[in-house]
Parts: sequence; C-alpha cells; structure tokens
Amino acid sequence: MSGHVAPKMMYVMVWLALVIGTGLTVLAAEVDLGAFNNVAMLAIACTKAALVILFFMHVRWSSRLTWLVVASGFFWLIIMFSLTMTDYYSRGWVPGTLR
Amino acid sequence: MPEWPSQYHPPPVAIHRAGHGDTGTPHHPWLQHHFDNMAQQAEASTLGMWVFLVTEIMFFGGLFMAYIVYRHQSPEGFQEASSELNRVWGTINTLVLICSSLTMALAVRAAQTSKSAKAQVGWLLGTIVFGLAFLGIKAIEYYDKFTHNHVPGPHFHWEGHFPKPAEQFYSLYFAMTGLHALHMIVGVGIMTVIAVLAWKKNFDEEYYTPVEVAGLYWHFVDIVWIFLFPLLYLIGGHFKGA
Repeated sequence: MSGHVAPKMMYVMVWLALVIGTGLTVLAAEVDLGAFNNVAMLAIACTKAALVILFFMHVRWSSRLTWLVVASGFFWLIIMFSLTMTDYYSRGWVPGTLR
Repeated sequence: MPEWPSQYHPPPVAIHRAGHGDTGTPHHPWLQHHFDNMAQQAEASTLGMWVFLVTEIMFFGGLFMAYIVYRHQSPEGFQEASSELNRVWGTINTLVLICSSLTMALAVRAAQTSKSAKAQVGWLLGTIVFGLAFLGIKAIEYYDKFTHNHVPGPHFHWEGHFPKPAEQFYSLYFAMTGLHALHMIVGVGIMTVIAVLAWKKNFDEEYYTPVEVAGLYWHFVDIVWIFLFPLLYLIGGHFKGA
C-alpha cells in the first residue's frame, strides 16, 4: 500500500504554524478592532483548520473522492449557517411582520 | 460482439479470482477478500471515516448555529459572559491539543514507516497523555464555574448587566465543550485500543489503516476546539463593560 509519507520536519512546521496562529489569535483578541475582531479570529481559525485537514489529516495527498466528501461537509454547513441567518437578519424588515 | 471494456469494468470472473486470494498470488494477511488490494481497502476505510466526520461536522454545526443565533440577538451579553472565562487555561488547552495532534500525526507516520512497536506506542501514549491533560484542565475550569454559580439552572447567578444572555452563553458553553470533552474521552479510549494493537505488532507500512483512521477522528476533535476556543474564550477580550 502506498500512503504518502511526509517528512517529520513538515509535521513540526505545521505544528509551529498552529502554535503561532494560536498566539496571534490571543493577541488580536486583546485589541479592540470592532467588527474586525470576528473577521481576524475566524480567518486565523479557518487557516489553522485548513492546515490540520490538509497536512495532519493527509487530505493534500488523498483521492479526489475524499476531497469531494470533505468539501461537501463544509459546503452544507455553510448552507445551514447562511440560510438560517438570512432569516434572522431580515426579520422586521417588512413592517408588521415577525420580529 | 464488442470487446469487454476492461479499463472500466474488469470481467466478473477476474473480480472473483483476484478477490479471494486463493489463486496463488500471495497477499497481506489483513486484506479482506472483498477488496482487490491493500490500497483499495485503505481508501474505502478512509473514505468511510470521512463520511462519518461529515456527519460530525453537522452534529457540532447545529450547536455552532445556535451560538450564532443567540450571539446575534445579544452580542454585548455574550461578550460580557465570555470575559468571565479563564483565557489562560483556554490558551494552554489549545496548545495541549495542538501538541496532541502533532504526536498523533507522528504515531501515524511511525506505523506508516514500519517503525518499532515501541515507537508507535510511544507517540500514541503521548497523544493519550495530552488528551488527559486537556480533560484535567477542563475539569478545573468546570469546577470553577460550579463554585461561582455560573452553571445554567436554578442556581445560576450573574453579577453583570446581562444575566439572561449570560445564562444562554453558559448553556452553549457547557453543551459545546461538554460534547467536545465527550469526544475527547472517546478518543482516549480509541487511542488505548490502537496502542494495544500497535504493541502487538499489528501495523506496518502495508497495513496501518486503524492508526490513520483513529488519527482522522483525533484531528477532527482538535479542529472543533480550534473554533470553540476563540468563539467562547476570546470574544470578551476587549470588553469594557456596557
């Protein structure tokens, strides 16, 4: 069987990137950036998650079918978030409707 | 009659002969008879694990959805509630989980490169120790919340300006970190089983799928925490009061 064997050093570098990402997100939270706080926090979290998925979970070297399954999971999650929040944000836009 | 398009579908007889491995071709003892070869078997297991993880994404996703809705209704209340969480413990736990993911990845690599059973078990034990450390810190934090009456229910008490959103925040805090901790406990159990199997020399470069698949689960639980940590612990960092 031929799973891709990544060098040990690569795993250490990914680990280091995750540690730095954690440091950055803690530092960014101390500063008041207004709405940008959430953007920065989620951007760092998504980057960290992508690193774990691509390297630690070997998706970078996985089959197209695996890529499709992984992507579809997050795709459906985003559908759930966006459709639900479309409802909550738009409530009360039309006078006399549910708030 | 046209020739059988063998590049798409091998003739049925060939499937049967190759599948049972009694045709004179030597094969790995762990190859199940319904797979052509070890690579196909590994691919099926990994894909199956990913399908399970997608259901897990939606499982946790429901709680994240609830978080978004309630935080949207009271952003300041959530910030105030979050500022009461211990950011030092939260940060340490994040680092502990990241380290456990590294040892997990190295455990898979040790099996993948046919390293000694000792090396494989060593990395797995490292993962278990980090996992237990995480749970221990979580227990300290939970204890603290109980002594400060920050557990939702009849004894919930909030000193700030937003008691109702704070109770909603802590309901979500306990539901989300509780479900996550449950996954960690299951993960530690799985790693123990994998470590015993590794100790009995079950894994080599031809067959390490159980280590790989258990690793996928462990890393997934780490990813959930990567999102829980900022959303629960860090949104109150710059909160200056209402």
